[in-house]
Amino acid sequence: MDELSLNILDIAYNSIRAKASFIRISIEDSVKKNLIRIVIEDNGEGMDEETVQKVIDPFYTTRTTRKVGLGIPLFKQNAELTGGSLSIQSQINHGTILTANFVKNHIDTPIMGDIIETMLTLIQANEYIDYEFNYKTDDFSFLMKTSEMKDILGDVKITEPDVLLWIKDFMKEGLKK
Amino acid sequence: MKSLEDLKKIREAAQNKMTMRMDDDQKYRVVVGMATCGIAAGARPVLNTIVEEVARAKLPVTVLQTGCIGMCTLEPIVEVFDKDDNKTTYVLVDAKKAKEIVVRHLMNDEVVDEYTVGKYKR
Repeated sequence: MDELSLNILDIAYNSIRAKASFIRISIEDSVKKNLIRIVIEDNGEGMDEETVQKVIDPFYTTRTTRKVGLGIPLFKQNAELTGGSLSIQSQINHGTILTANFVKNHIDTPIMGDIIETMLTLIQANEYIDYEFNYKTDDFSFLMKTSEMKDILGDVKITEPDVLLWIKDFMKEGLKK
Repeated sequence: MKSLEDLKKIREAAQNKMTMRMDDDQKYRVVVGMATCGIAAGARPVLNTIVEEVARAKLPVTVLQTGCIGMCTLEPIVEVFDKDDNKTTYVLVDAKKAKEIVVRHLMNDEVVDEYTVGKYKR
């Protein structure tokens, strides 16, 4: 995966599979700090310590009773290639926080890519999940909460195509794209 | 400037539409594989292209996401189900092919034979 926004999409699906009803995605993109920090937080099922180890390193154990994927190891490798890091904090029945740090000016740091498409894809995936999206640079910040949109929409689904098209434009404006 | 207030108008329009349209009027169900394999192969623009084209043409089509379909090397995969649940599987789809599938299959009811898994395997 050659865009950070694709990694974010992939990782957020883990939260959906963990039955989260709320997912917060925070991105800090700072030239001053020479840092791109991505935090993905959910209120899903959470994991015990052994599982956390295993999702970080799929070869941690030869046990075959639990299936794990390659999404997190790929993301971790991307971060470490730049001199950054990836960590996971998780608590059963409370949720999971994944934090990835990239050194911004490192040659191996992937481009952000289309984060708007990533958010639209996530919102479209499941109308019952609430998202908070927070984007911060040295010059501006943008905050979007789907719960506020749902309050206005009432019985109209946030996954309605017309609503998604509006969210796309709303994000474009907010992110100055 | 866009504001959340715009959503009120969209809500009213959508509510009017809903009274005219029942859910079982949906002609096709489109399912896009969005697991790690799909995403890495380019499924995100495929999904978003289909959602947008369906929205712009106001087609009676539901677009859904799913996990790994089991043929990772053929991702992005798009499955189209008709009302009788007959399935057409399109493989190695990109945004351009997705647009074509919307126009030919979802609008004009024509299976795009050259992109199907059957064609690929032959």
